[in-house]
Amino acid sequence: MAILVYTESEQGKFKKIAFEVASYARAIANNNNTTVTAVCINAENPAELESYGVDKILNISNEGLKTFNALSYSQSVFEAAENEKSTIIVISSSADSKYLAPLLAIKLKAGYISNVSELPSNYNPLTVKRSAFTNKAFESTQVNTENVLISLAKNSFIINEIKSNATIEDFSVNVAENYTKVKSVDKATDKVTIADAETVVSAGRGLKGPENWGMIEELAEVLGAATACSKPVSDLGWRPHGEHVGQTGKPVATNLYIAIGISGAIQHLAGINSSKVKVVINTDPDAPFFKAADYGVVGDAFVVVPELINKLKTFKAQNS
Amino acid sequence: MKIIVCISHVPDTTSKINFTEEDTKFDRTGVQFVINPNDEFGLTRAMWFKEKQGATVDVINVGLSDTESTLRKALAIGADKAIRINMNPEDGYNVATQLASYIKKENYDLVIAGRESIDYNGGMVPGMIAGLNDANFINNCISLEIEGTNATAVREIDGGRETIESCLPIVIGGQKGLVEESDLRIPNMRGIMMARKKELEVIAPIDSSNQTNSMKFEKPIAKGEVTLVSPDNLDELINLLHNEAKVI
Repeated sequence: MAILVYTESEQGKFKKIAFEVASYARAIANNNNTTVTAVCINAENPAELESYGVDKILNISNEGLKTFNALSYSQSVFEAAENEKSTIIVISSSADSKYLAPLLAIKLKAGYISNVSELPSNYNPLTVKRSAFTNKAFESTQVNTENVLISLAKNSFIINEIKSNATIEDFSVNVAENYTKVKSVDKATDKVTIADAETVVSAGRGLKGPENWGMIEELAEVLGAATACSKPVSDLGWRPHGEHVGQTGKPVATNLYIAIGISGAIQHLAGINSSKVKVVINTDPDAPFFKAADYGVVGDAFVVVPELINKLKTFKAQNS
Repeated sequence: MKIIVCISHVPDTTSKINFTEEDTKFDRTGVQFVINPNDEFGLTRAMWFKEKQGATVDVINVGLSDTESTLRKALAIGADKAIRINMNPEDGYNVATQLASYIKKENYDLVIAGRESIDYNGGMVPGMIAGLNDANFINNCISLEIEGTNATAVREIDGGRETIESCLPIVIGGQKGLVEESDLRIPNMRGIMMARKKELEVIAPIDSSNQTNSMKFEKPIAKGEVTLVSPDNLDELINLLHNEAKVI
């Protein structure tokens, strides 16, 4: 058995999830007395992975892979897996990784398990827990195939810094011409994204109108958080769809989720279920969100939020 | 343009999720089944291509006869024909194998499936169809235009969006944004009556096997009581988040 982990980078820098998946792969290897090979694409400093316990690094530098392309990236990871004769392949749950995963699974003839939340409970046959029903349940899944592709859910495995002396090898891949061409990318570079955020500040219809989002953005800025919203808010066009959290929107698995003026419909709660700590601020003490939250404030958002911003600023000034 | 929309038959989003047979099967008791929302956004976009560009729109599902009510709803919304591959799907790979085989045989130009079903959340069927049939593939698609054989799509990425050019035949993993929630159609009486006369073809599955088995389900551990903090004492909230929860 050999383990391969795809460690993602963006503009040459490893994403935090790259270290999560590397740590996860290391733990699987330890349980099976085997080694971990990481594969990275156009990373500036592959040696950074040596802090997360990998034994070998396949370093792909290729102009043709400058922008993400699901077909050529899945081909690259596939060739790395072939090269290493890997039987367990670990990737993250980023939008890009979940895009390439089914293509990679077909190439590898691997059983694909997405949204994995724990280490496997058994290796013969491999059995592992994943979330399903939008976090309303966990499913224990067993794989029949020799190769397994695991996509690890965000924030479900703690990064473990283990120093290793990895060998770094340049690895070349056969990238065919791209069948899809990226024309333009529209991404706010100065804002924290929901995918990367440790904290998410989310607001709902209780805010009464899009003009009142200034305080939500300010609270997010103080906390270094991303902003999100409920489904009605995105349907009304107050906020972009990319911020919609819930069953038909985005799942949020952060350390801290703050919900302001969101009543807590079952579809919304499902989407945030795997966040670790939830805070609700709402005028209605009977709002369903209070049953799902860890901490709650019954009060008017227009009073509570500005005061919370001031107090947090003082707190940050004292604790930095 | 020949379009096929893959329809998953899923519990309504408000359903209580319970399990039966020693937590090995989803409990269907009292559960209302609907078109998977991610598929319905795609179906509604397909209706636009039908009405504005003269496309034909078929819908397909892998399932037993209980899923036919969902296929009839898709016909009532305006699809031309429905196909049901008669088997109880065991995993996403098996579903994708069945769909890919039919799609290849019938030469569809555009295949639309939801980016994931809201029940098992596998997120693999559209990508696997593309992988099995060597078709172009765009996931998390929030906008789609077709001109001749050229496709222009917008894909949601982490923290933004990406505009992509590709060409037919193509497989789309769709989601909200392909159309807006307010564009979704509720079948009217005429649509329902017409749907009864439309063809719903039942075909036998091809030989295929699953790659994974679902062994057991469990529900998350119930949450403890919420700790309420007075709006006049927000210092206490900050204290709890800092010292107890250790998240700030």
